[in-house]
Amino acid sequence: MPSLDQIFALNGGALQLRSQRLNMLASNIANASTPGYKAKDLDFDRAMQQAQGGGSLSKAMSDHTGFRVPLQPSLDGNTVELSVEQTLFAENAIQYRTTLSFLQGQVSTIQRALKGE
Amino acid sequence: MSGMNVFDVAGRAMSAQMVRLNTTASNLANARTDYASKDEAYRAVRPVFRSVMENNMATVDVERVVQTDLEPQRRHDPSNPIADEEGYVWEAAVDETAEMIDMLETARNYQNNVQVLQTAKSLILETVRNQ
Repeated sequence: MPSLDQIFALNGGALQLRSQRLNMLASNIANASTPGYKAKDLDFDRAMQQAQGGGSLSKAMSDHTGFRVPLQPSLDGNTVELSVEQTLFAENAIQYRTTLSFLQGQVSTIQRALKGE
Repeated sequence: MSGMNVFDVAGRAMSAQMVRLNTTASNLANARTDYASKDEAYRAVRPVFRSVMENNMATVDVERVVQTDLEPQRRHDPSNPIADEEGYVWEAAVDETAEMIDMLETARNYQNNVQVLQTAKSLILETVRNQ
C-alpha cells in the first residue's frame, strides 16, 4: 500500500511549483517599470517531469527557470510585457485552483475510506 | 522559508508606484509657476526604481528621488512683479504632457499590483480553508 506521501506527491508537488510560478509572475508585474529588469518564468512542464523522475523540487525549479524573450524589446532594457505577464498570471491562477481541487478530491476520498461510509 | 512573500512583492511595488505618483503630483502642482532667477526655479523630480532580488522573487524599491535635467525656460513678462530689470521671469521646468502620461502608467501599474494581491489572497485562502 502506498504511503500518504506517495499519494500526495504528484498534486502536492504540482501545487508547490504553481505557487512558485505565481511568485515569479508577481515579481515580473511588480517590476513592470524598473529599467533594466529581466522578466523570469518557470517552465512548469519540464520542472514537473524532472520532479516526477525523482530529485528535489527546488532543483527542478531552479533548473527550469529562465529569462523571458520579449516580443518587442524596450529602450530601457526592461523585458516585462504586461499583456503577456497578466495572461500567464491568470492562467497560472486557474491551474493552481485546478490542482488544489484535485488535491481536495484525494483528501475526501481517503476520508471516506477511513469513515467506511 | 524565504523572507519575502508575494504580498511583500506586490505591496512594496505599490509603495514605489505611490512615491512616483507623489512626484508627479508635486511636478504638476508646480507647473507654470514663475521665479525670479534660474537657480530658484522648480525642476521636476522623478524616482529611480531599483529591483530587489531575493531567492526567485523580485520586488521594487525607490532608490532615490532625483531632479530631472530639464532646464527652466526664460519668458518675457515685464508686468510680473518678480521680473528682473530686463523684464524676464523663469518658468518651472515641468513637462506637463510627460507628467500626465507618467501618471496614467503609474495608475495602471498600481492597479495591476492590486489585482495580483487579490488573486494571491483568494488562492491562499482557498488552500488554507480546504473545504
